[in-house]
Order: sequence, then C-alpha cells, then structure tokens
Amino acid sequence: MTYDVAIIGGGVVGCAVARELAGFDLRIVLIEARGDVGDATSKANTAILHTGFDAVPGSLESTMVARGYELLSEYAKATGIPVERTGALLVAWDPDQLAALPKLRDKAEKNGYSKCEIVDADEVYRRVPALGPGALGGLTVPDESIICPWTTPLAYATEAKSRGVEFRLNCFVESIDVGPDTTTLHTRSGDITARWVINAAGLGGDVIDRMLGYDRFTIVPRRGELFVVDKLTRPMANTIVLPVPTEKGKGVLISPTIFGNVMLGPTSENLVDRTDTSTSEEGFAFLLEKGAALMPTLIDQEVTASYAGLRASTEHSDFVVDIDAKQRYLLLGGIRSTGLTASMALGEHSRELLAEAGMDLTARTDLPPPPQMPNIGEAFPRPYQRADLIASDPEFGQIVCFCERVSRGEIRDALASPIPPCDLDGLRRRTRALMGRCQGFFCAAEIDEMMRVGGDDRE
Amino acid sequence: MIVSEILIIGGGPAGLSAARELKAEGAESVTIIERESDAGGIPRHSDHTGYGLRDLKRVMSGPSYARTLVERAQSSGVVIRTGAMVTGWSGPMSAEITSARGREVITPDAIILATGARERPRAARRIPGDRPTGVMTTGQLQNLVHLKHQAVGTRAVVVGAELVSWSAVLTLREVGCATVAMTTQFDQPESYAAMAIPGRLALRVPIARRTRVIRVIGRERVEGVEIEQITTGRRRIVECDTVIFTGDWIPDYELAQSNGLEMDPGSRGPIVDTGLRTSREGIFAAGNLLHPVDTADVASLDGVHAARALMRWLAGEPAPGTAARVVADAPFTWVSPGLVRTGDVAPARDRVLLWSSEYRAFPKIVVRQGARVLSRRTLPWPVSPGRVFRLPWSMLEPARGTEDIRISLV
Repeated sequence: MTYDVAIIGGGVVGCAVARELAGFDLRIVLIEARGDVGDATSKANTAILHTGFDAVPGSLESTMVARGYELLSEYAKATGIPVERTGALLVAWDPDQLAALPKLRDKAEKNGYSKCEIVDADEVYRRVPALGPGALGGLTVPDESIICPWTTPLAYATEAKSRGVEFRLNCFVESIDVGPDTTTLHTRSGDITARWVINAAGLGGDVIDRMLGYDRFTIVPRRGELFVVDKLTRPMANTIVLPVPTEKGKGVLISPTIFGNVMLGPTSENLVDRTDTSTSEEGFAFLLEKGAALMPTLIDQEVTASYAGLRASTEHSDFVVDIDAKQRYLLLGGIRSTGLTASMALGEHSRELLAEAGMDLTARTDLPPPPQMPNIGEAFPRPYQRADLIASDPEFGQIVCFCERVSRGEIRDALASPIPPCDLDGLRRRTRALMGRCQGFFCAAEIDEMMRVGGDDRE
Repeated sequence: MIVSEILIIGGGPAGLSAARELKAEGAESVTIIERESDAGGIPRHSDHTGYGLRDLKRVMSGPSYARTLVERAQSSGVVIRTGAMVTGWSGPMSAEITSARGREVITPDAIILATGARERPRAARRIPGDRPTGVMTTGQLQNLVHLKHQAVGTRAVVVGAELVSWSAVLTLREVGCATVAMTTQFDQPESYAAMAIPGRLALRVPIARRTRVIRVIGRERVEGVEIEQITTGRRRIVECDTVIFTGDWIPDYELAQSNGLEMDPGSRGPIVDTGLRTSREGIFAAGNLLHPVDTADVASLDGVHAARALMRWLAGEPAPGTAARVVADAPFTWVSPGLVRTGDVAPARDRVLLWSSEYRAFPKIVVRQGARVLSRRTLPWPVSPGRVFRLPWSMLEPARGTEDIRISLV
C-alpha cells in the first residue's frame, strides 16, 4: 500500500504537521524512531510559549513563532493543553545589558510585538522580590507564557490519530529510495512507501536530508541542562526571568513551570553524540553558580529533578524549511526550542507549501472534534480537587502519586488512551506521576504495578 | 470524657501510637488520615527484625510491628482512614482531604502532624549523569520487593552506609541482587555497630569510605556509577545494574510548611517545644517529621508524648511560658526539640535529639545559655553521622528564660 504522505519524526513538529494534513483526504503515516511521540527534543526544553519578541526580524522563525503563538494559544483552549500567561521580565545585570534593552524593545516592534516596556530596578524587584542583588533594570514581555511541552505533541498526535493517521513507533529509517512516483523508506521494521516525504526528524534531520540527496545543513546537538526546584519555591518566580542576550552569550533563565515548580537553566554546550541526554558535573556547577547569583533563596531549596535536552541547532540562524516538488520532499529542519511555539504554524506553512507544489488537498468534512486532553497544569483544577469527578468515578479520589497528587483514575485513563505510554517516563509525561519531590520513594512500586497489569488492578 | 475531635495526619508508628494514647486518655473521637492503602508506615516494607524494642518491649520484624501498632490503635477505638490524603489547608485548622469518598474539609479541635520522612532521591542529591532505570531509594526498593514481589537487578551499589543502607542490602540479597559496593562520604560507617559488624561479616560488602558518587552511567538500564575517593580525588567506575540511594532523610514537611508553621531550617521539619507543640496552638507534631530519622520505636514514643501534651491542652492546662530557642553548633546540623519553655514538661524519653555530620567516639558536650554553662559532659556513646545522637535532658534542664540555649561539641 502506498501512503500519500510519510512524515518522519514524531516530535512536536511532526505531530503538528500530521494533524494539519489529516484535515484533508490523504493517507498519512507518521514514523517515529522512539517508542513514543514527543520523546526527544520535544520533551526536554524550557516549555515557553514565545511571543517571538527576540527573533531575527524578517526570518521564517519570527513569522512562524508569531503565528504559532496565536494558533497554539487557541488550540490549547480548545483541547485542554495547560497554558499560563505569566509574562516575562528580561533582567539587566550590567551596564551593557541595560544599554541593550532599548534595542531589544525595537527588535520586538520589528517582530510585530509592541507591548514590551523598559522598567527600572525598583520595578524589577517589585515584580520579582526574590531576585539576587545587582539588577539594574528590565524589559517586560507581558505575553510570554508557559505551556505543557508534553501535552502539546500528545494532543496533536491524539487528534491526528482520530483523523486516521497511522503511527509507526519504534520505526527507524535506515535508507531511502526515491522513485519516479513514490519514495520508499527502508526501516528496521519493513519498507514504507509514500508519494510525499516530510522530514521532521529533529536531531536526525540532516541524516534524513542526506538520504534524500542533499547536503545543506548539519545538526549540532546543543545540550541544555536544567534544574527543577521544589514546588514550595513557586511564589519566588511568578514570571519568567530571562537573561539579556549580549555578545558575551546567553545567560540562564528562571521560570515557573506549568506543573507548579521553578526551573533554572539551561546550560548551552555543543555535543557530538546526538543521543547523549546525560547531565554533567560542570553543568550542575554552572547552574548552581548562576542560580546563587540570580535568586539565592531558590537554590537553597530542594531540587526535585534535573534533566538535559538536546536542541537541533545548525550552522544556519533560521529554520531550514524547503520543498522539492520534483522529489516530493518537504524539509522542516533545524527547528530549535522555538519549535514548540511554532509547531502549528509550521503545520499550516507545510500545508501551503505542499499545495503550491501541486498536492491535491481536498478538505474533509467528516472530521472528529478535537480531543479533550487531561489538563495536568497546576493552575487548573486537578481531578483530586474535583468533588464532581470523584463522585462520578471514585478512582479519581484515590491518590497514587502523593507528591503530584495523581489519582488512580488518571493513570488508568492514560494507559487506555489512544496513544498510550510505553514506559514509566511516558506515563509521567501524561499524568505527572513520579515527577514529584519523592521521585518514587512512596509510589513507584504501585505505579509500576499498574503499568504492568494495564491499570486494571483493583484490590 | 472530653468532647473533642482529634485529627492525626499520618498512620505510621508516631501517628498510630499517638492515636492509641489519646483514646487511652479519654479522647472522644480520634481519626487517622493515612494516604497509603494500609497504615503502618515505613516498617510495613522493612522486612527485617529490630522493631518494637523501646515501645512494645519486644523485638519483631517491621511488618509485624506495623500490624501490631495498627491492631492496638484499632482496638482502642481509633478510626483509621486509609487511602485518604490531606492535600492542603482551607484554614489554619481545616484540613482538605481527598479520598474515594470525595473531597472533605475537617476542622478538628486539635491536630497531630505525623507525616514521617523520606530519603532524598538522586535528583535532590544533585548527582548528574544518565537517567536509566535501576536507580531508586530504599523506600522504593522495599516497596517493590516486599509489597509487590518484584525482582531488581543482580549487582547493586548502595549509596550510604547507615542503618537503612544495611536494610537495603538485606532486601537486595533476598531477591538475588549482590551488593558490590557501599559508599559513604564519611570515614566511619554510620550505622549502629550492632548492625554493621555482623552485617559486614555476614554480607561481605566492600565499603568505600570517604567516597562520593560522581555520576550514574547507562542509557536504558544502569551500567555503572563513577565514584570518587574524596581525600585522594581518585575516580573509578563500579559496574552495576542497580543503584540504591539510602538515607539522607528529609521530613515530609510540606503540609507543616504550607500551614504556616515555624520551620527549622536544619531538619526542615516544624519547630516544636518539649511538649511537641508547633508554633500554632492546637497543632502538635511527632515522629520523624521532627527528627529525620530516628528508629520507629522512638517515633512511636514521640506519638505518646505528643498525645499526652495534647490532652493536657484540651483539658485547659495553661500554656507554658515564653520559650528559649535551642541551637546546635556545627558539626550538628539540627536539634529537636527546638524550643524549651521554663516550667514545661521534659521532652519525649527525656532526650534531646541531634544530627551530626562528623564522627566522635567520646564526645564532650557543653550546653550554654548566654554566658552561663548549663552542663558539660563527656558522653560514653558516639556522635556519628547517619544516626541520631541522643543527649540527656538533664543537660538542658537548668535553662531558664528566653535566651538561646547553645549545644556545642568541643
């Protein structure tokens, strides 16, 4: 059987493109090397829904981020993806950074964002009293928001699946043959043939691109390490505290997380190994040093988790998006951390590029309604807090993960969902189970058992 | 009988014994809220002997001890609600509870916090490296093995060498997992000699002293840990498929803190006086929430002590006077109780509890209040990291007034 479209990569971009194209009469397959969607770069980032105020004006990234912000904000409301409009504050710690603020405001205007304001040091401390000494001033970005980086690709994938997209997980593309009418992807689990191929392979994007005869970019996995600090610190950071980018490089940010913690990071380090998501001694030392200066009382508190993500950076300053109509190939490459915000815009842009290249796009009239995702954001009512829900199903009153207050009902539902988790990490991304301060001291054995028996265990 | 409703948060040894004592002293309604599906606390899954000595006056296994405490509480008329969790406060004395029954708010006349302690997981110890499966705390290990009957790996590194660490070694051995190394950052293994010496002889576990874990290695499953000898700086990789992070206890302090109680930055638990009263009238605390961690029987006797103070308070006994803070100099990291009120009761078991980051075989202790030396003694038991150091109350008893009481190791 021949698909109309094969999408390589089940990250936030691949899933968004799959969902978008599945709105048309097309047979689509999404191919993911890992066992779950959103399981590489998409799962470990700073989880910010960007306004795009600091993008390079006129770049594709700038356009995609601005448009993506609008689209995803709406989509999040419709599907229950948690978003909090916390705003951001760029803080200047030296005269160079202070001098850079007006330029940043001008840049924001060029990017179509006009709500940035320069504030003095008093205002900076009024907004974020826990900041360490030495702040000279700041720039506000009222619409920067935080978003759940895990629910987003999962919502796209869930909707794509309900629209008929086939998912091939654990499916690794080894080579590609382009024929006159179709392209064959040779994978470790058999051949897949499609008319069009879309490369949304993230960290493997350049490898796939070379399989299709190109040599136009190289991915350098840029590691970012982060600390997630205990929920009791959340009142210290009610807004995203951003560094001012200067010639000397980027500093680290402090951000509230959608799960009610505070995050510190990321580091920035180019690696060679595209699978190395380990954290490092040097990275931790750097974060502790930066954290102690930025917010001394934060770093005294308990660290709940640490992780590292790899950004798909390239030698190009912009996203690398290109369509080859003859070969029926669309590249979505070099999508960095802004990819989360830009994802739906990249889906829309892909559809436009494909239409221009002659793809027959007939809109479907039989589309199912968008999915209702479990809202796992801390700012929204959780099942354990909802008397109505517990009354209708007492399993929502049985808290299994005490630290994150995840109920048996939520775990059961995640295990039975259209795109179920393949391991405990996947369950964590769907429910928050095991991501809390005890890291499984109390509940890991119980949750492990639910995972093994499929959530049907009732004592 | 005093008409009252008392809520106990946490159904481990401290909470169970507090509840039973309250009933014995005539409290009308005593309810324990326990979030696990069974009460009993950590001893439920500590399947080795050594429990019950000080409170029940006989030695038994952890699970038997837990069952005994539960039965004693139940037979005295305590209501134990399992699968119910206090998730927050809607007022200073109003506990929000979630269970399969739904959402409730209970506003009792008095509360005892007995939420216990947990081991710091790897992330809180800020140990970098890969994040493979096979890394866990003793609590998780013993839940897996004793309650869920699961196997772990075959070669384990146990981080820590205190009492709980040996408990982990025993559990590992039961499921066919050899402990290939134990690491301790101290010169002396921290645990009790009674446990450590036969333990070392029978279990033949190599102990790497003054050693810290640098990183965890392994993409899917643990493949090893890199360790460093702190004195020499020499590093090496120990191959293993399981890493158990033991000890390094931290109380489950979040409910106490979110209630607005005054907290002790040293232990991270709430500050209490010798009657185990917290900074909020009507809220008492007991067990390893206050002193992470002492043995289960000590936690249990704490519960009894808190219950008695609570009953006196309910009976209208006037609150004791203003308090002096108790502070402990380094190498002590915390002291409990943290307050002494002139004319108040002696602390539980007539002991003041401390935690140290250094070892002394025959510690000389000086207790001062201002310029005045209250007592000075060389004690015949050691100060040792990884276990509670118990100071006789008589050394603090002469204290009067509100000036800080300072405990020093000289």
